[in-house]
Amino acid sequence: MSRTAKILSSLFILFWVLTAFVPALIAPADPLAINPSQAFQAPSGAHIFGTDESGRDVFTRVIHGAGDSLYIGLAATALGMGLALVLGTAAALAPRWLDEVILRVLEALYSVPSLLMALLIIAFTGPGVGPAIVAVGLSTAPGYARLVRSQIRTLKNSEMLEAATVLGRGTWLKVRNHLVPNALQPLLALVTLGIGQAVIWAAALSFLGLGTPPPAPEWGAMLSAGRTYLHLAWWLSFFPGLAIVVVAAGATLIGRALGGKVKAL
Amino acid sequence: MKLLAWLGRKVGGALVVLWLVATAIFIGVRLIPGDPAEAIMGGPGSQASAEALANARSEYGLDLPIISQYFLFLAKLIRLDFGTSYSFKDPVLQIMGEVLPPTINLALMALVVAWLLALLFALLAMRANKVGQLLGNAVEIVAAAVPHFWLGAVLIMLFSSMLGWLPAVANGTPAGLVLPVLTLALPLAGFLTQLMRDSLNTAMGSQFALAARARGESRLTVFRRHGLRHAALPALGLTGWAFSSLLSGAVVVEAIFARPGLGRSLLSAVLARDIPMVTGIALFSALVYIVVMALTEAIERLIDPAGAES
Repeated sequence: MSRTAKILSSLFILFWVLTAFVPALIAPADPLAINPSQAFQAPSGAHIFGTDESGRDVFTRVIHGAGDSLYIGLAATALGMGLALVLGTAAALAPRWLDEVILRVLEALYSVPSLLMALLIIAFTGPGVGPAIVAVGLSTAPGYARLVRSQIRTLKNSEMLEAATVLGRGTWLKVRNHLVPNALQPLLALVTLGIGQAVIWAAALSFLGLGTPPPAPEWGAMLSAGRTYLHLAWWLSFFPGLAIVVVAAGATLIGRALGGKVKAL
Repeated sequence: MKLLAWLGRKVGGALVVLWLVATAIFIGVRLIPGDPAEAIMGGPGSQASAEALANARSEYGLDLPIISQYFLFLAKLIRLDFGTSYSFKDPVLQIMGEVLPPTINLALMALVVAWLLALLFALLAMRANKVGQLLGNAVEIVAAAVPHFWLGAVLIMLFSSMLGWLPAVANGTPAGLVLPVLTLALPLAGFLTQLMRDSLNTAMGSQFALAARARGESRLTVFRRHGLRHAALPALGLTGWAFSSLLSGAVVVEAIFARPGLGRSLLSAVLARDIPMVTGIALFSALVYIVVMALTEAIERLIDPAGAES
């Protein structure tokens, strides 16, 4: 990554971390405070993103929604990646027949489209924030697991590991010195890309009424609530969605930059 | 004979995958705390009558040992008996026959439009200067990062609320199809263009392209005869994934544009916790994915100059 790209990426991440943890720093008002006399105000100097049907400030709500939206996305990615690491590593290091079995299971899981799988899980668990995290995490795990498996397999058969074996290095040393550092960076790129996707999936579930319930200022839920007034007040749906796009596009860019570095190695 | 063997392997693989999906669902239903009969009938909130619960118990053999229940479940699936949707009050198979065609239509149209757009973008990008390249790059990344539910809303605002050109609801007319298809196609087109441009650049800069140019072929002929194949292959390999993401997108798009289909039925089935219906839809979408994957593999073999002999 170039120096400028590093600085920009760091600033981007810093901004969202700040927004998620101390939203009041950027938007001091109360995201739930209603003010019916100020309902449906178009974006202006006083309300840069306008106000919603109850007169709540949309900008304040978008900023305060970052915490929930990003938390669900991060937690889901962590869950999916954790599972993928276990399954993918097991498949790569296991004997051939077990590898075959795990691969088949992953293929079966992969053949159900992500959002359909998430909905399937919610059919069992019922809607809510916890189920949304589990649903998004589990539905992204098979894709990650396949990548982790091929990553580890390539490393396992690489010449540097052969050299380490010839030199008599123990398993622990091989894992610590070669497997982990070389597998980590591509995974980091993958995780970054994954967070962007997970934020979108999680918002999609809230949008469908299966994740965070209103009136919490979660982006998907806000978009869904704004949909009723699409013809009347475009800003209700536009700005929460814009926040999702900014996060997802930023994550994609950073992930690709990290991936590019990996390729150059 | 080779074709038959290939077909045999594909069908065998498909059956294994479907069996695994069915098994996962069976385990899932048994993991729900409480009475499985109640879970099948929509959970405690549905307040199913004692009679309905007794029916479910005998239909699914819930008083039998768990292994017998499992084989009973599989036997029913093999006979394409998915049970009766408790929220729609019709056999699942019959509902599926009604809701599947509109969704497959929508997804196929979006797939075609996405491919056309991606080809167009890739062609344009090839001819573009440095600024154009950067701009194209930015558009691709944003297109790939845009969630369907937001894109749909923005398209409705633009073309329906502000300009009044197109209806905001899928009303069955061709005009009503434009926005849903675009909503599904644009993000996919972004992904496909990214892939195609990379491989197109490699192909057009390669030795065989140079050789063809040296033989006096025009740039366009080289592009058509050599570049396109190499550009299309990696993107084509993703068609299975693309179709599966289109089915995911269809759930959202059908909800936004109030279009009947698989996605909307699944959503209402999930909200009602209608397990028979959900099971049927999951198995069907897995089957669709497998069929699309097999088809792309066949097409890839036809196109790939290197794979033609093997």
